[in-house]
Amino acid sequence: MSNPSVGLFVTCLVDLFRPNVGFAAVDLLEKAGCVVSVPPAQTCCGQPAYNSGDRADTRAIAEQVIAAFEKFDYVVAPSGSCAAMLKKHYPELFAGDAAWEERANAFSGKVFELVSFLTDVMFVSDVDAHFDGSVTYHDSCSGLRELGISRQPRKLLAQVDGLELKEMKDPDVCCGFGGTFCVKYSDISNAIVAKKTDNVEAAQADLLLAGDLGCLMNMSGKLHREGRNTKARHVAEVLAGRLDVPAIGDSK
Amino acid sequence: MSGREAILGKIRSQVGADQDPATRRTTVADRLAKAPRGIIPKRGQLDPRAQLKLFCDRAEAVQTTTTVVKDYSQVAEAVSDYLRSRNLPQAVRMGTDPRLEGADWSKAPNLTRDVGPSDGSDPVGLSHATAGVAETGTLVLTSGSDNPTTVNFLPENHIIVIDAADIKGDYESALDQVRSMAGKGLMPRTVNMITGPSRSGDIEQTILLGAHGPRSLHVIVVEG
Amino acid sequence: MKITTPEFKENAVKALANDNLQKALGNVEKGFIGKRQAAADALPEFEALRDKARDIKDHTLAHLDLYLKAYEEKVVESGGHVHWAQTAEDARNIVLDICRTANAKTVTKGKSMISEEMGINEFLEEKGIQPIETDLGEYIIQLRGEAPSHIIAPAVHVLKEQVEADFREEHDHLPEGRNLDEPETLLDEARTVLRQKFIDADVGITGANFLVAETGTSIIVTNEGNGDLTQTLPRVHIVLASIEKIAPTLEDVSQILRVLARSATGQDMSVYTTFSTGPRREGDVDGPEEYHVVLLDNGRTNMIGTEFQDMLRCIRCGACMNHCPVYHAVGGHAYGWVYPGPMGAVLTPSLKGVEDGGNLPNASTFCGRCEAVCPMRIPLPKMMRHWREREFEKNLNPAVQRWGLKTWAWFAQRPRLYQLGARVAMRGLSIMGGKKGRLAKMPLGSGWTKYRDMPAPEGETFQAQWAAHKGRAK
Repeated sequence: MSNPSVGLFVTCLVDLFRPNVGFAAVDLLEKAGCVVSVPPAQTCCGQPAYNSGDRADTRAIAEQVIAAFEKFDYVVAPSGSCAAMLKKHYPELFAGDAAWEERANAFSGKVFELVSFLTDVMFVSDVDAHFDGSVTYHDSCSGLRELGISRQPRKLLAQVDGLELKEMKDPDVCCGFGGTFCVKYSDISNAIVAKKTDNVEAAQADLLLAGDLGCLMNMSGKLHREGRNTKARHVAEVLAGRLDVPAIGDSK
Repeated sequence: MSGREAILGKIRSQVGADQDPATRRTTVADRLAKAPRGIIPKRGQLDPRAQLKLFCDRAEAVQTTTTVVKDYSQVAEAVSDYLRSRNLPQAVRMGTDPRLEGADWSKAPNLTRDVGPSDGSDPVGLSHATAGVAETGTLVLTSGSDNPTTVNFLPENHIIVIDAADIKGDYESALDQVRSMAGKGLMPRTVNMITGPSRSGDIEQTILLGAHGPRSLHVIVVEG
Repeated sequence: MKITTPEFKENAVKALANDNLQKALGNVEKGFIGKRQAAADALPEFEALRDKARDIKDHTLAHLDLYLKAYEEKVVESGGHVHWAQTAEDARNIVLDICRTANAKTVTKGKSMISEEMGINEFLEEKGIQPIETDLGEYIIQLRGEAPSHIIAPAVHVLKEQVEADFREEHDHLPEGRNLDEPETLLDEARTVLRQKFIDADVGITGANFLVAETGTSIIVTNEGNGDLTQTLPRVHIVLASIEKIAPTLEDVSQILRVLARSATGQDMSVYTTFSTGPRREGDVDGPEEYHVVLLDNGRTNMIGTEFQDMLRCIRCGACMNHCPVYHAVGGHAYGWVYPGPMGAVLTPSLKGVEDGGNLPNASTFCGRCEAVCPMRIPLPKMMRHWREREFEKNLNPAVQRWGLKTWAWFAQRPRLYQLGARVAMRGLSIMGGKKGRLAKMPLGSGWTKYRDMPAPEGETFQAQWAAHKGRAK
C-alpha cells in the first residue's frame, strides 16, 4: 500500500479545544504519503460512557464510529487513550455478538495512534521540523501500557532540528487526569498532578510534550495555576512544526 | 447443610456444571499424581561446581555468610572458628542429626553441645539441611528430633551445615529431595526454606536484620 | 471491622491533609518500586513465570471444589483438622471453640489478612482471650488501635517517631533514658517484648499463602520469623485461609513463589517459606500438638464463574498498591476496609457489595500500572470497570452524574447536532478565556478549576475549520 487511505479520528478534545493538533496530524500523515479523510460523522470514542459503566451508550457510539471509519485502510487518532479505546476495548464490547464481533475486530485491526503509526506502519524515520529549545516527554498511560508507545515519539523527537530531550523523573507515572476521575476525585487528582508538575519543573525543559490532549490540559492547567514557566504542547505540533498557535492555555 | 457442603456445592454449580464430572475428576487426579514441572530458571542449571558457587553467591547476597570445608572432619573447627570470629560463646544447641553427631568434635574441645529443642536461651543453633537451592541461596530444613524446628528460629545465631551434593539448582529439585524422605504426597511436619537471616522493613521501609528469628545465618558447605 | 468505604472521598481529603501520613507514604514509592523492577529484570524467565502462575491459578479455580476435597483428605491423613466457614462469623466461632477447648488465655498471631477480614482480634478480646500480633508492623498498629494500611507493610503509614511514642506509652518497663530514636532500637525493643509472649502463648494463629492439595500442606511466606515462632511454640496451631489459596502441587507452588517475593518486596525469595503438614509427629521434640485449618469463603464463591473470578488469582503481594498513584496519594486507610489499592478496589465491592464498596472502583485513573506489575496478570482496571457497570445498572451513581452522562451521550450519537452545539460552546469558552487563553473559573467546572486552570479552546472546532479548509481547497 503506497498511499493508504487514512481516516483521521480527531478525538473530541482536539476537535473542541485544540484543532491545531488535528491539522498537525493531517500534515504528518500526508507527508508520510497517506490520503487523509476526516469523516464528519464522528464525535467521541465513547470513553466517558464506557468508563462510567454505561455500556449501552458506549456500544451505540462505537457502532457509529465503526460505520464511519471501516472503509479506510487505517484509522489514526492523535491520542493513545482514544486509539486504545478503538483498538483494544471495542472488540471487548462486541465479543460474542454475531452481527458485530467480526466487524469490530476488523475495524480495530486498522486502528493506530498517530506517532506509532508513523514510525511502525509508515516507517517514518525523519521529520522536517525545527525547535530551538528543550522538551520533556510525558508517557500517557493508555498509550504506554495498552499500546506500548514509548520509544516511538522519542525516536521522532530526536530528529527535530535543534531540539533537546530532557527526561523527567517518572515520565511513565500517571498525571492524575483519568477522564472524569479528575473532577469526581478532584482532591486526589490534584495531589497526583502536583507531583507530576514538580517532576516537570525539575526537568528544566522549555516545553512539556505528550501524546494525549486530556493529560496535557490537566498538566498545563496545573502548571499555569502554580505559575510555572514550562509550556505544554501535543507532540504532533512539534513534529509537524505547527507552533504558530500559542502553547496550551497560553495567552494569545 | 454444613459449611463444607454449601461451599463445595456452590463452587461446583458455578464452575463445573457444564463439564463432565468424570473428566474433571481425572484432570485433577492426574495433575496431583504427575505434578508436572513448570518453568525452571536457567540460572541454576549448572554443573555441580558452578552450582555451589552460585549457591554461595546468592546466599551472600542476602547476608548469609558461607564457608566451604572438605569433609565432616573439618566441621567442628569450622563451627568453632565461626563462633570465635563473631565473638560468640563456644556453645551450640542442636538436634540428633547423625551427620552432625558424626563430626569430629574432639577438634573443638572447648565447644559445648546441647542436644534437644531450643527454649530460647541458646545464643547459637546448629542444624543440618536436607537440601539447598542454588537459584536463590536457599536452605531447606526438615523437622524431627534430628533437627528440631525451634533450633532454626529461637537462637540469635544460626549455623547450618549442608552437603554440597544436596545443593540443587531449583526449588523443584530440592522439594523432590524432601519427597524422597517419606514418599510422594507425604511431607515432614515442617519444611523450612530459609533464605538469609531474619529481617523486617516494617519501620519506614528500612531493612533491618534480626526481627524475630536469627540475626545471623552462617552456612558450612561440606564438599565430601 | 467497621467499613468506612462509603466515606472514601472524605477519608481521602483527611489523608491528603495529614502531613505525617504524606511523609510516610513517600516510603512506599522509595521502598518497593525500584526493587521490584530490579528483581524482575534479573530473572529472564520472569514474564513467562507470570503467565504460568496465572494459568496455574485459572486451572485451580476451574477445579476448586475437587482440589479443596483433595486437600482436606491430606490434612486429615496427616492428623490435622479442617473446618469450613461460609462467613466471617462462622470462622470466628470456630476459632473461639478451638481456643476455649485449649483453655487459651493468650493467642499469638502471625500476619493474616483473613484474620482482619474476620475481625478476630476484637472478637477474641470480647471473649476474654488476648490476641497478640507478632509481625512488627502488625504489632505497631495493634498498639495504636489501627487497622493495617497495606497488605504486606501494615504500618507503612507510621513514622518512626510515632512508633517511639507508642512504645514509650505502652511498654511501661522502659527506663527513662532508653534510646528509641532509630528503627534498630525500636526493633530490638519489640523483639524483646514479644519473645516472652511467643513462649507463653497457648494458641498460635497464622494465615496461609498457599494450601497444597497434593500434600495437605499450608505455607506461609515471611521475613521476620514471627510466623514460625507463632506456629511452632504454642500447643495449638490454627491456620486461617480463604478457599482460593489452594495450589495443586509443590511444583505449582514453586512457580508462584518465583513471582511472589519479587513482586512484593523485590527479594528473590522471602527469608522464610514454611511448609506445615499436620501436628507434631511421633518422635518430634517440638511443634504444635494440634493443627487446625479454617477454610473461609466469606463471599468468594459468589465471584467464581463471574467476571470477577480472575481476582481470586490474587496472591496478596501488594505490587498493585505499591505502584498505584491513588494509593500513593491517600494511603490504605482511606479505602475504608481491609484491602486497599487496586486489589481492594475490586475485592471490596466483591465481598462487601457494590452499595458499600462502589466508591473504590471509581477512584482510579485507569492508568493500568497495577495490571502491568500484577504477577498473576489480573486485569484490575477491567474489573473495576465491571464494577462501574454493575453500579450503573443498579442506578447507584449520583443523579447529576447520570443526567450529565446521558445528555452528553445523546448528543454524541447525533454528530450534526453535537457539532453545532460544540461550535457555539467552544466559541463561548474561547471568548471567556480572552487574551489569557485560559479560565480560572468555569460554569459547572469547579471540579477542574478548584486546582487547575482550564485551557481555553482555540475558537473554531476542528470540524468547522476542516470543512472551511476543504471548501477552499475545492
